[in-house]
Amino acid sequence: MKYYDKLIFELSKPGRCGYSLPVSPWNTTADALPEGLRRTAAAELPEVSELDVVRHYTNLSNMNFGVDTGFYPLGSCTMKYNPKINEEMASLACFKDIHPLQPESTVQGVLELYYNLERSLSAITGMANFTLNPFAGAQGELTGLMVIRRYHELRGDMKRTKIIVPDSAHGTNPASAAVCGLDVVEVKSKPDGRIDIESLRPLLDDTIAGIMMTNPNTLGLFESEIKEIAKLVHDCGGLLYYDGANFNPLLGMVRPGDMGFDVLHLNLHKTFSTPHGGGGPGAGPVGVAAHLADCLPNPRVVLGADGKYQLLTSETSCGRVSGFMGNFGVLIRAYTYILSLGKENIRMAGPLAVLNANYIKESLKDCYKLPIDMTCMHEFVFDGLLDKSTGITTLDVAKRLLDYGFHAPTIYFPLLFHQAIMIEPTETESKETLDGFIEVMRRIAEEAIANPEELHSAPHNTPVRRLDETTAAKNPILTYRESLCKK
Amino acid sequence: MAFAYFPHTDADVNAMLARIGVGSLEELYADVPADVVYRKEYDLPSAMSEMEIRRCFEGLGRKNKPVTVMCGCGAYDHYQPAVIPALISRAEYLTAYTPYQAEISQGTLRYIFEYQSMIAELTGMECANASMYDGATAAAEAMMMAMAATRKKTRVLIADTLLPQVAEVVRTYAKYHGVVIGTVAHKDGNTDLADLKAQLEAGDVAGVLVPSINRFGIVEDLTGFADAVHAQKGLLMVYADPSALAVVRTPGEWGADVACGDGQTLGIPMSFGGPYVGFLACKKEHVRKLPGRIVGETTDVDGKRAFVLTLQAREQHIRREKANSNICSNQSLMALYVTIYLSLMGKQGLKEVCNQSYGAAHYLHDQLVATGLFAPVFDRPFLKEFVLKTTIPVEKLQQALLDGGFFGALATEEGYVSFAATERRTREEIDRMIDLIKSI
Repeated sequence: MKYYDKLIFELSKPGRCGYSLPVSPWNTTADALPEGLRRTAAAELPEVSELDVVRHYTNLSNMNFGVDTGFYPLGSCTMKYNPKINEEMASLACFKDIHPLQPESTVQGVLELYYNLERSLSAITGMANFTLNPFAGAQGELTGLMVIRRYHELRGDMKRTKIIVPDSAHGTNPASAAVCGLDVVEVKSKPDGRIDIESLRPLLDDTIAGIMMTNPNTLGLFESEIKEIAKLVHDCGGLLYYDGANFNPLLGMVRPGDMGFDVLHLNLHKTFSTPHGGGGPGAGPVGVAAHLADCLPNPRVVLGADGKYQLLTSETSCGRVSGFMGNFGVLIRAYTYILSLGKENIRMAGPLAVLNANYIKESLKDCYKLPIDMTCMHEFVFDGLLDKSTGITTLDVAKRLLDYGFHAPTIYFPLLFHQAIMIEPTETESKETLDGFIEVMRRIAEEAIANPEELHSAPHNTPVRRLDETTAAKNPILTYRESLCKK
Repeated sequence: MAFAYFPHTDADVNAMLARIGVGSLEELYADVPADVVYRKEYDLPSAMSEMEIRRCFEGLGRKNKPVTVMCGCGAYDHYQPAVIPALISRAEYLTAYTPYQAEISQGTLRYIFEYQSMIAELTGMECANASMYDGATAAAEAMMMAMAATRKKTRVLIADTLLPQVAEVVRTYAKYHGVVIGTVAHKDGNTDLADLKAQLEAGDVAGVLVPSINRFGIVEDLTGFADAVHAQKGLLMVYADPSALAVVRTPGEWGADVACGDGQTLGIPMSFGGPYVGFLACKKEHVRKLPGRIVGETTDVDGKRAFVLTLQAREQHIRREKANSNICSNQSLMALYVTIYLSLMGKQGLKEVCNQSYGAAHYLHDQLVATGLFAPVFDRPFLKEFVLKTTIPVEKLQQALLDGGFFGALATEEGYVSFAATERRTREEIDRMIDLIKSI
């Protein structure tokens, strides 16, 4: 990685251009618009050559770390390998040049892909029906909660305004619930991070719309009492929501539908190998049990009696959550991945992810504090270094890992431990890669004693070093124009 | 059986199980009740090789019918420069996650900063976030932003001239978020200021969402809108086509507090509706209500210029149930897409795209009217999209176009037919479609 300091605006020179358009065949221009409807001052966009653009964005990319660069054990993010064939299939012209409002007769191939992907996700999760429209995990959550609210509304049960969320949940759960107009009731977890059934029981009454659960939970532990929880929640008339952020260890082993969940979302950019793209685009399909299918968002893909695929809009739906039909390009990638896995390889996906996580955990627990010493699923949490006398924090460990060519794990989450380091290796990493990571983690533990200053000031060989985040937030500079003004 | 994405040999698995101290992979699932472990065969096809997958997708592709696109309604057939796919497919961008570790994510952070800067320039606003999912959800977030920014207000007004799918998503979010949505009527195709003022009088309106270019393709005249909304302490939110903002009056110039819309018009392939990229920009005074990721400039310990995710105290992972939005990512790679597009097109190129789209659309409009089968509905200025009345039954017209390989004449709820043309449409294509219509 090499530091490169330019912004595209700083390469600009009046008169340069990076585009190639035909000579206009028309004798009119937008200057014919009435003056009062035209913009007065031109937007200050850069004027650069094509090569300027290519070099600039190539140089910027050299300051980035991706899964293709190296090991990326970011907990709860499932940074598995993103197969190249997925990218190629998503860029086929026969899928790219399609207008979203084209008549169904001209997009049968597209709709068949939606239908097949929905059927595949149903087979994998045990849910009856899916919508592929939500754009991301968070939007999937919100959509799932809308489905739950719509379900109760259709039954005329308007009292159910509360949703139960475990205290160990990711922050997005309560945020999604609040955006969806639900009141959040927190349920305590036991010392091992699992839901405390005795704390849950008194919360359950006829005002409960449902419960949001992540299973395995954010500590990487399977909620082994799930069937009892499901029964209790169902008995009070509530529904069970499954946050699919942590579905990867169950891929090929366990189906949320079989555990009693009524609604779930999946993150195709986690479990189904579509690239994270620096933060998106992802996809957050929502699956439901049969009795909730009518509440899924509009429009839905259905197979007509004539063997033709159709887009269906219904009055019982929770509404529309996307301008069109979601991130189609991402769906193509996920479907490609499922075809690659097939019914055979899928059986090994979850188990190998779980194997990798437990292997790292067992190999490092003599130098990092393992607060819950149990078999984990796809990820686990250390509470900082075992030796607390060195003053070395989790942040120091994470930053030092960057020097050694690894991405850092997720840090300071979950909130249950002060020095949380959450590690998720995924199934696509080899034993050799894990051994290399383990060796470096052990070396860092030694450095914490022998040379703590080296860790406090890490990273040392990255394009930039620790940043002044306080000033960035106190006096935010959010655009190039603002940056020029401040100088 | 070996599989390309799983590197484990049998010897590896055994050695790892030994280190863990269990005898089998299944033992790792001891916490899972036995009756929820799935033991049946998955109802999926058998694993396919790359060659088989290629054949499968080519087969699906053949079931689509290619058409020449002569309409828009929220997705437009603009040209995609060759440079962009070459750059955004770089694995350093594609396979990275959200830039949490800023020291090894300066590539992502810098292009987001450039993106925010360009969106602010185009919209005439002071700041922008790192992007939203699409235009419709950006509009819904703008609606919730207005609710958060004003106190004790219960309603948001949306123009009847908004794109229908955008209005529908706003209504869905509003329903569950507990916001009442009212509609402002249009007068001759332009949102009616008199109706707006009448509805504002109740004093309960948090914000008003109007399009800069509406579902009839009309460039709206928003004179007086900002004053009317601000007099009632609400936010004016303008839904805009960022490509058109090279030439049409900006949300900032109209006095808007928030601008939102879809970046698809910045050269993103239509791709059956996604991935696109929503944008959300605002005046700086509202930045702490702006949802989503925001990147700011700072320095590192050595004084080097650097960029970082900032103002995170607004975000859902900190505020939990007190958050105004649940978004926790952005549409980053698509933000990179439009940043590269805008870098290539620059000041002149984007104007030229508008000029050529204007030329093509006006030629198409005039040729259609000249057939005597179509007549204008509104006498208002448009850029690349317009609606007409027609004497041909709409379904018959649509089918004839499809049979000739064209997709156009989308029907509005009023029964008008909508057409659009971009810089990609040639005189030859338009003439061919006109001939086809004459032969109906």
